[in-house]
Amino acid sequence: MTSVHPRALDFPQPFLDGVIPDEAELTAGERVEAGKSYGFFTDTTLCIGCKACEVACKEWNNLPADKDRMTGDSYDNTGALSAHTWRHVAFIERIGRRGGDSTTMPPYQSNWLMMSDVCKHCHNAPCLEACPTGAIFRTEFDTVVVQTDICNGCGYCVPACPFGVVEVSDQDGKAHKCTLCYDRLKGGLEPACAKACPTDSIQFGELSGLVTRAQTRVFELHAQGQPAAYLYGAPETPGATGGLDWLNCFFLLTERPEVYNLPAAPSRAANRVRPALAAGLATAGLLTLAAAALMRGGRA
Amino acid sequence: MPQWDLANADCIVVMGSNMAENHPIAFRFVMQAKTRGATLIHGDPRFTRTSAMADIYAPVRAGSDIAFLGGLIRHVLENDLWFREFAMSFTNLSTIIHEGYRDPEDLDGHFSGWDEDEQTYLADTWQYEGQHVPSSLAEHHVLTTESFAEEVRDMSEGPPPNDPSLQHPRCVYQILRRHYARYTPDMVERVTGCPRDVFAKVADALCRNSGRERTTGFCYAVGWTHHSTGVQIIRAAAILQALLGNVGRPGGGILALRGHTSIQGSTDIPTLYDMLPGYLPQPHAFKPHATLKDYLATEQSPTGWWFSFPDYAVSLLKAWYGAAADEAGDFGYSWIPKMVGDHSQLPMTMAMADGVLRGLVVLGQNPVIGGSNSRLVQEGLGRLEWLVVRDFTETETASFWYAGDPVRNGGLQPADIATEVFLMPASITGEKAGSFTNTHRLVQWHEQVVDSPGDSRSETWFVYHLGRRLKELYAGSDRARDQPIQALTWDYPVEARRQEPDAEAVLKEINGYRVADGALLSSFKDTRADGSTACGCWIYSGVFPREGFNKARERRPDGPDGPGMHLGWAFAWPNNRRILGNRASADPDGRPWSERKRLMWWEPAEGRWVGADEIDFEETKAPDYRPDWSGNVKGMEAIGGHEPFIMIADGRAALFAPSGLEDGPLPTHYEPFESPIHNPLYKAQSNPAAKLWPRLDNTYHDEADPRFPHVLTTYRLTEHHSGGSPTRSVPVTAELQPEGFAEIPSELAQRLGIRSLDWVVLSTLRGEVQTRALVTDRLRPFRVDGRVVHQIGMPWHFGWEGYATGDIANVLTSIVADPNTSMHENKALTCALRKGRLKEVRR
Amino acid sequence: MRRRGPVARSRNFFREWSIPRQLAGRDAMAEAARSRMSETLRPRLERADKVGSSICPYCAVGCAQLIYARNGRPIAVEGDPRSPINQGTLCPKGAATLDWMTSPRRLSRVLYRAPHSDRWEERPLDWAMDRIARLVKRTRDETFVERLPDGTVVNHTLGLGALGGATLDNEENYLIKKLFSGGLGAAWIENQARV
Repeated sequence: MTSVHPRALDFPQPFLDGVIPDEAELTAGERVEAGKSYGFFTDTTLCIGCKACEVACKEWNNLPADKDRMTGDSYDNTGALSAHTWRHVAFIERIGRRGGDSTTMPPYQSNWLMMSDVCKHCHNAPCLEACPTGAIFRTEFDTVVVQTDICNGCGYCVPACPFGVVEVSDQDGKAHKCTLCYDRLKGGLEPACAKACPTDSIQFGELSGLVTRAQTRVFELHAQGQPAAYLYGAPETPGATGGLDWLNCFFLLTERPEVYNLPAAPSRAANRVRPALAAGLATAGLLTLAAAALMRGGRA
Repeated sequence: MPQWDLANADCIVVMGSNMAENHPIAFRFVMQAKTRGATLIHGDPRFTRTSAMADIYAPVRAGSDIAFLGGLIRHVLENDLWFREFAMSFTNLSTIIHEGYRDPEDLDGHFSGWDEDEQTYLADTWQYEGQHVPSSLAEHHVLTTESFAEEVRDMSEGPPPNDPSLQHPRCVYQILRRHYARYTPDMVERVTGCPRDVFAKVADALCRNSGRERTTGFCYAVGWTHHSTGVQIIRAAAILQALLGNVGRPGGGILALRGHTSIQGSTDIPTLYDMLPGYLPQPHAFKPHATLKDYLATEQSPTGWWFSFPDYAVSLLKAWYGAAADEAGDFGYSWIPKMVGDHSQLPMTMAMADGVLRGLVVLGQNPVIGGSNSRLVQEGLGRLEWLVVRDFTETETASFWYAGDPVRNGGLQPADIATEVFLMPASITGEKAGSFTNTHRLVQWHEQVVDSPGDSRSETWFVYHLGRRLKELYAGSDRARDQPIQALTWDYPVEARRQEPDAEAVLKEINGYRVADGALLSSFKDTRADGSTACGCWIYSGVFPREGFNKARERRPDGPDGPGMHLGWAFAWPNNRRILGNRASADPDGRPWSERKRLMWWEPAEGRWVGADEIDFEETKAPDYRPDWSGNVKGMEAIGGHEPFIMIADGRAALFAPSGLEDGPLPTHYEPFESPIHNPLYKAQSNPAAKLWPRLDNTYHDEADPRFPHVLTTYRLTEHHSGGSPTRSVPVTAELQPEGFAEIPSELAQRLGIRSLDWVVLSTLRGEVQTRALVTDRLRPFRVDGRVVHQIGMPWHFGWEGYATGDIANVLTSIVADPNTSMHENKALTCALRKGRLKEVRR
Repeated sequence: MRRRGPVARSRNFFREWSIPRQLAGRDAMAEAARSRMSETLRPRLERADKVGSSICPYCAVGCAQLIYARNGRPIAVEGDPRSPINQGTLCPKGAATLDWMTSPRRLSRVLYRAPHSDRWEERPLDWAMDRIARLVKRTRDETFVERLPDGTVVNHTLGLGALGGATLDNEENYLIKKLFSGGLGAAWIENQARV
């Protein structure tokens, strides 16, 4: 038996007065509250590669469609996460010469892997650390957002990201990436991709609950004959390396991370570009202290 | 079965459907079932996104599904795995068939009754012994020799002959066993290409998950219907499900996954040539339909629910012709046009090309993309006198005269094409109010929220105002032939601003009302054959049961406490029933088969059926009710309390179908009309009764024609919709699959030197297309009847309009059809493949 | 809008620059680093002045949608969380419904192509309706058959057809069948149900 959330029964009218208050509670079982940590648990074993996430994201965030040629790479025609594609579904075919037999496989998409990739909203976010203007900041929902009204398009965040997520748009010259639908969270709405996802491969929620849910899922999959399932990016799992601590957006995978084009051991940019960062901080240091003083003064 | 009920299944077999791609939200419930431990099986020629999620993927060569399902039926019967208590009471397993019946076993692939001259079957020998069985389908008339019906009893004159011991050589059980004896696992492998061990896994999972405690659901789509044997493929699944007890029960059943938002509604309230609303047959010039009396006498079933046929037919005439429909004038019956043959879309194509059909109104359809033999479709459009296309954008059907195949490649100029073309902007959902009926019969209202742009209007507007103008043009006529348009009731209130008619007023007419005072009918049980009621579609009666209550508009789902049938969410026909045949969820005595699969049961204290759903049965008919055959019993009196399927004349699932089918009472494997191999099972190569239209502009390939060695199957992608007009016009969906392509198995591609993104040319005798190659190991070569067969797949969404373009797959297909439905066979044909491009200069 | 001078701009820069604010001791995970845009950000659904129930116009699964409109224009189409079918979810096609409604390829005027012409011409809706009604009548009158040669009454025309319906409302289908079959006697009435 399937059912809707009990609060759905409170709105039987054909025309609603407005947004259903705390709609995320109906769609994700979660009330969104400032001060808590939120993220995505993307369970690749439930992904049917429909790309509803890509479309829902572009619809909500008004992102342009800019691909008009097929890539020839399975059913992936958007290619990668970019300034204009904040959810990207990867397709990995595993049959035939690549080793698999189509008629024998462990349960859950083992012969044609699909994974909806997204910004990881790292706990220690290298893009945020690299941003000299403060355009990238950590929101009240513990997500990492580029504020385009501040971003000057310097592009420091781009190489800083160990996942290749951030990109500077050729349209407005500013850095763009997933905001975890910052505006929607402020309105109590589930992020667009997770809300649309037909099979709940993308689950949105408060981080500790999500991690628990994901760990349970791994156990279940092991019991159901999919022993390869593991988490990537949850605390103390592969992907949560190199000083990132953990990824607010983490994944359940059944193959090595590289198969999905994820780094096996991502690390903070600080480990890689420390000298550059130091130079940047030095030049900005005086300004920073001056500004801090000015702010204190302003409050007094 | 409602889609959400799939979550209650213990096993789900998806065949003839790429469900995850084409019905992702329905697949949501499949994944919910799977997460709870259900087994998911996908049988398909291609390894798709559905296969990727399956526990068992069974490769089945395109067009060999009956061999596969027949093998499963044999497995169930020979290993005695069928659900005895269910099948003995709820199916015609023990019924005895006419002594003249001969099986394809005996006649090299033909059934008895084949008329070689007419190329059709007569159904005399398929009947019950000594009894004439009307069909439960829209057409209840049975095609038998003229004297036959008079020689035998009708169904009201006694119970069907049966042998509960199942020993009679002509009882259905024994016929089934003989018929499927040759569908052994070896034969299944030889015909379908599915390895024996995989077939065994499927058979085991299916049977293990059927019975008192467990149920299996089947899901299919056009992968089953688009064959010259389409109806029989679905029949084979129905036989399996009835034998295994998976009908009318939670998580059981067969779910047809249909492709357009109201394709079910447009079948129920048919914009189809052969039916009137509510599955009443369109009168036929060559059937005993001359007068209303003849029509009712022919189509009224003496037993079962269709005994009420006259109530529905006369109420429809009253709805259409109002006061002009009086008893003396046969309620206007003669005004209903009679058909003289097959007037479906396939022959319509040729009627255009031949100048018979002169003026065509196309409403939200794109036949240049979706119609078989697209080049012939385009030539046909060019021979119309006038064409109206109503759509939200310029479709290929609208722009054929300057951008189509005959102009680009056929040497024609627009100046050579005389068709007068109107392209009219149409409103879409959100811009008009009305109801859609979804794939599980749920009638859901949608509101008007915004205005459509500019001169865009709803079809309600277009048809209403066209009719109004025509009534004015015909107002002064005194010719008899113009009476129907004059008599047609056509007074729907319109709103002031755009003169849009009130869609709820139309729905009320569909629902039905009492003629005397206009009071709305609460159910089809209120309809009468005496002219006192009007009802536009009897099965929808109850959707608007009283003023101010449009049940299709209701939005009251069940919460977590259940019961989960969501009776307060919209309206399901008939009578808000969510699971058809749900009487079968209880045993013959009316008790639930098991606690786990409880749905409806007989409550002796209350003297009625109760449970989570609305009962699809007479609410107060006790399980122990038996007809008193000493008298003449009519209608529902003839259906016992233990016979759950009320639309069927004997209340029992027709494992053996004595009537209603043009191509035999039992599903039999025939090769697709175009096949690279000879039929390994019978001498008869393809369905003897298949509909063919051989002509110079619609030529066919011979069996195993070496010029066309590959199997071609056409299909849809999750990123696009059918003819593609909307998704190719929307940038965010267009970019997901931005170009047309053909999927080619790696082995074949290697042999021909083809790599992904190369241009390739596919050809048939109907035409050639060039498209991109997508080389993949997901398409595997099939070893069939001792040789390797390659299958090529080509999505048919593409055309020259929009942001995602490509050649039209249907240029390759031919016009050949299932004899029961006139549905084309675009899932299995043959073709040639080469690397390179067409010579013609392309746009 | 009044242009801001360099001093105001730099003051603004200091105010919105997050690093000093975070150094100034405000909560790193809160308002300290927010730009003005971030401060004022709200989901655009809240700007809707009309929110109506709808059903997805694509396949037959029947997913419920909510259409959010402002000033008579759609601003968002989302899955309806109340629906027992989709519970707020949508597939890629349904998720793009807003872009269908607002597609740049939509028509808003009647286009007419005269016989043998090589171009479309815009025509008034009323003109088109009048012309189509007259063509329907002409074709019907020229092709109507009351009886077959053997005397069988058929009252039909094989010269007139209607194609389509599976994408349309039940009410629209009903009127199409009623007018074209019951009123005009057209034999060729078909829709996508077979394709």
